[in-house]
Amino acid sequence: MARNREGLVLLLDVGPSMHRVLPEVQKICSMLIQKKLIYRKFDEVGIVIFGAEDTDNELTIEVGGYEHVVVLRNIKVVDGDIVEALQELPRGTVAGDYLDAVVVGMDMLIKKYQLTNKGKKRICLITDAQNPIKDPYKGTKDDQVSTIAVQMAAHGVRMETIIVRGRLGEDIDQRIVDENDHLLHLFSEKTSAKTVYVESPTSLLGALRTRDISPVTIFRGDLEISPKLKIKVWVYKKTSEEKFPTLKKYSDKAPPTDKYATHEVKVDYEYKSVEDPSKVIPPNQRIKGYRYGPQVVPISSVEWDAFKFKPEKSVKLLGFTNASNILRHYYMKDVNIFIAEPGNARAAIAVSALARAMKELNKVAIVRCVWRQGQGSVVLGVLTPNLSEKDKTPDSFCFNVLPFAEDVREFQFPSFSNFPASWQPSEQQQQAADNLVMMLDLAPPGKEEALLPEFTPNPILERFYHHLELKSKQPDAAVPPLDRTLKKITEPDPQLFSESKSVVEAFCKSFEVKENPKLKKSTRRLLQEKPSGSDDEGGYGDTSNALAIKSDESQLLAKADKIGDLTPVQDFEAMMSRRDNPDWVAKAIKDMENKICNMVENCKGGDNYCKALECLVALRKGCILEQLLPMAGTKTIQRFPSPSFQTLPGEKAWQFLGISCIKRAHIDFHIRSHRQ
Amino acid sequence: MKDIGCQYGILSGSRENSLYNALWVAQALLRKGSSRTARTTILLFTNEDDPFGSIKGAAKADMTRTTLQRAKDAQDLGISIELLPLGRPDQEFNVSLFYAQLIGLEDDDAAQFMPSAGQKLEDMKDQLRKQMFAKRIVRRITLLIANGLSIELNTYALIRPTTPGAIMWLDSVTNRPLKTERSFICADTGALMHEPTKLSQSYKNENIIFSVEELSEIKRVSTGHLRLLGFKPLSCLKDYHNLRPSTFVFPSDKEVVGSTRIFIALHRSMLRLNRFAVAYCGSSFHPRLVALVAQDEIINAGGQVEPPGMYMIYLPYTDDVRLIEEFHSESNVRVPRATDDHIKKAADLIKRTYLKDFSVCQFANPALQRHYAMLQALALEEEEIPDTIDETLPDEEGMARLGVVKAIEEFKLSVYGDKYDEESNSVGNGKANEASKKRKAAAENAANESANYDWADLADNGQLKDLTVAELKLYLTAHNLPVSGKKEALISRILTHMGK
Repeated sequence: MARNREGLVLLLDVGPSMHRVLPEVQKICSMLIQKKLIYRKFDEVGIVIFGAEDTDNELTIEVGGYEHVVVLRNIKVVDGDIVEALQELPRGTVAGDYLDAVVVGMDMLIKKYQLTNKGKKRICLITDAQNPIKDPYKGTKDDQVSTIAVQMAAHGVRMETIIVRGRLGEDIDQRIVDENDHLLHLFSEKTSAKTVYVESPTSLLGALRTRDISPVTIFRGDLEISPKLKIKVWVYKKTSEEKFPTLKKYSDKAPPTDKYATHEVKVDYEYKSVEDPSKVIPPNQRIKGYRYGPQVVPISSVEWDAFKFKPEKSVKLLGFTNASNILRHYYMKDVNIFIAEPGNARAAIAVSALARAMKELNKVAIVRCVWRQGQGSVVLGVLTPNLSEKDKTPDSFCFNVLPFAEDVREFQFPSFSNFPASWQPSEQQQQAADNLVMMLDLAPPGKEEALLPEFTPNPILERFYHHLELKSKQPDAAVPPLDRTLKKITEPDPQLFSESKSVVEAFCKSFEVKENPKLKKSTRRLLQEKPSGSDDEGGYGDTSNALAIKSDESQLLAKADKIGDLTPVQDFEAMMSRRDNPDWVAKAIKDMENKICNMVENCKGGDNYCKALECLVALRKGCILEQLLPMAGTKTIQRFPSPSFQTLPGEKAWQFLGISCIKRAHIDFHIRSHRQ
Repeated sequence: MKDIGCQYGILSGSRENSLYNALWVAQALLRKGSSRTARTTILLFTNEDDPFGSIKGAAKADMTRTTLQRAKDAQDLGISIELLPLGRPDQEFNVSLFYAQLIGLEDDDAAQFMPSAGQKLEDMKDQLRKQMFAKRIVRRITLLIANGLSIELNTYALIRPTTPGAIMWLDSVTNRPLKTERSFICADTGALMHEPTKLSQSYKNENIIFSVEELSEIKRVSTGHLRLLGFKPLSCLKDYHNLRPSTFVFPSDKEVVGSTRIFIALHRSMLRLNRFAVAYCGSSFHPRLVALVAQDEIINAGGQVEPPGMYMIYLPYTDDVRLIEEFHSESNVRVPRATDDHIKKAADLIKRTYLKDFSVCQFANPALQRHYAMLQALALEEEEIPDTIDETLPDEEGMARLGVVKAIEEFKLSVYGDKYDEESNSVGNGKANEASKKRKAAAENAANESANYDWADLADNGQLKDLTVAELKLYLTAHNLPVSGKKEALISRILTHMGK
């Protein structure tokens, strides 16, 4: 039993106004549970929905009231059943009362854990807060919320609220929204509650932190301003990349009947002499060799330890400098945060004073850090003020690692002004660029900032966990396509681009790009990878298609192993030029013939026809180059159903190929004799 | 770079063209080197600015011509010639007489050559031990802007942490290099297998199996390009939106003509409007949301300090950002904030300890410098390891200046009152203190308890194994030894400690 297990109740609004975001709610909640299943198996979760058609909770039996609140799952250790329940949330029919749900959730937590303070207790409320709560029997709504909040604080329950803001222009009662905002704000004043507002489905997916990590300090001690003035601080990591999970190697060698097979793979390392591979050297007989010029110098770890750089644990201020001296791109690593020692009021004031003064004067502090005793290096970094806007969170510093002299590579680049005039944008082009930069605004005033890192989920991890869930039900499930909501992270938002369509078009029109004609085809690269599972349909699929055609010639030639839809000619040429296996040529010709026939047969208008002809020309050229049958490709022409082409009759195809009538007759004869 | 160990002198009046010969020999030596990838440079040290000055007439013209031709041939073969002129006391070295032509200097450059060459020589003498990197494109990428319009960009790694360099495992007996062989063994059957192509993740008490292809397909969420998503004001890029070193982006017209023009236009607009671009970088290696921040060129007297271009900054996702500030704000108490007086005193302090011309590149990494110094000393079997200076230590003298001390004292007084000394004496408080008290109490307790055993006797009679782990740990705690490990490990640790 994990000591630090968490009890969590999800309160989900399923009322009619929530229906449009429920798919995202389902996704984020199941993601939360899935991660718990992997990283925190002992956590316990319950689900309550409100705004539902029926009523099913203990309180309604015990004291009455609390209608339309359904306890979907009682608090229990996380399992697959909870994930499934979350993926099929019932759609409710009435406007939900979130306060009822909060009370039910609280009641569940209190009944389950009583007063034992084991672990953490948390309530997570997801609602749009558009519907009024019922008037209490006595007192005001404010009083009621306060009472609940006091209870919550007494039981040490944390609350997290995610409010989904409707799009502007929808008819919502602003008065109710304001009242709800006020009431929910009361919670955060009285208890440790947090409220976040989200507007778009994408940020809703990022609003709930699905991985719960209890932070650990990397340093506790003094921030030495001078030997005479030391401020007590704690240092934590502020950002840390959540890595793709490390999967275990799997062995399928065990017989399928063996129930107790671990399927594990052991990795063994052996160290062998380069000159005599039969000689195995035990690991402790190895010694590290360091290069010094052409020779390798063996140095034992004892020697290193005796002489290596051993700084004392400390965090020392070197001085302050102008913020403009530290350019943003110098930041080297993930970010740490310095906060004053909790509970130490004087230190908090000192940090706050310095941070605010730094902000005012636009200065930053340069510090030298040795986090631990025995650490073999020092870290040079910059402290920037991180002022808090809320009363309850302290001011702090962000710490970023700066490069040393050795880490900066001083390469020279030409000045833009030295480029030829043909590379300089004209005034009109500059204007178009200005407009583009202004109009494609992801953080328009008065609206939610799109793709705010704090609210943007990692699309790859989302996809992995989604696939994991699918696989747990069906082991051979294919990789699912990237979710529509997540596509807004990897691809431009169609709405934003269509809103500023004229600007985008003007920009594209004022500039011209073309491929460098001097380059040989084979030297071109620009690998065009297709995203897996992409459904290239509609609006934005088209642009990527168009692009694919544009840069088609630059496809990685060596890799073509089948003839695709986008660039058949290039694929064909690539296949023909593959020399690793003679079969490629035969395969290429066969595939190409099929492709052309397909194109011709499935063609509705004349647009595919030209393409088919191009393919045909390529096919013929390829065949001649390979000195194969001179009639190659002509067989295919027979299949051109000439009546269906208004624009180009089949006859033209022959001309196009430059095959004269005489030869044609010869070929016809050839084919006929061949058939017989 | 190779040193040429032959000596030549120009004898005036002789018909021998030793400069020509020197170049010829140097070139031959360099050509002998097998590696085609190595950089080859001839360093030409001379104090004679006009090698053929003493020769007159056609012979001079002929010698000049052949020598220049020799130099040009060498340069055509990819050998660069660097001239390091050594000044003579009585006269200045005049490049334009002969050498400007030899190393291919233009008229304007020749004027600037001398001061920079002097600098070069100076640099060589006390050079920072620094790994040199050739300017290399990390990747070529395309930036898709909109409607199929895309431009070509090159990325460069301008800032990367330098490591002490790769190590090579050697056999400590023979000092011969070793190679590592990895083998995979099935834990169930014990059979040797190839590198497994299947990986598993335990989930819902089951092993869910993924193939390597599936995993790479999951990771491929976008084309391998940079896709422009939009722009944001620079204020949206917070200091904590950072994960790894940035990557420099510079346009190229090599394959897509017109790229540079578009890049310059966007670069200017972004600088002028104080905006950065948000893009999705879909490389298969590290797909991420990135910020493209435009950087204007900065030039000072010494040359280009910051090249013009954009920096790609890797942005975190929601689960990468931790809410530390809120972690400690559980109680509903307001946190103390500095008053205006505190802030004013802090501002005074900041003004006093202001580093005027700080630049990030001014400090060498003391650990790395130490490493190189040690390596050199051990490699050359020097007696002593030279001392390296830690430049990163604060300037104690400066801090002890009267003005600074006064500002610090005032700030201290305003924030801490006269209680500063009390606070610094109590080592931490709250949780940490409790834990350390507990630890101390446990150690004392263990010392008392462990006195009840006759450890030497137990060890001699081999009775330690009859004791429980808890009992063994008493000894270890009392003697401040680590208490981790299995019972055997504990026993052997006790025995080692007793010296048995």
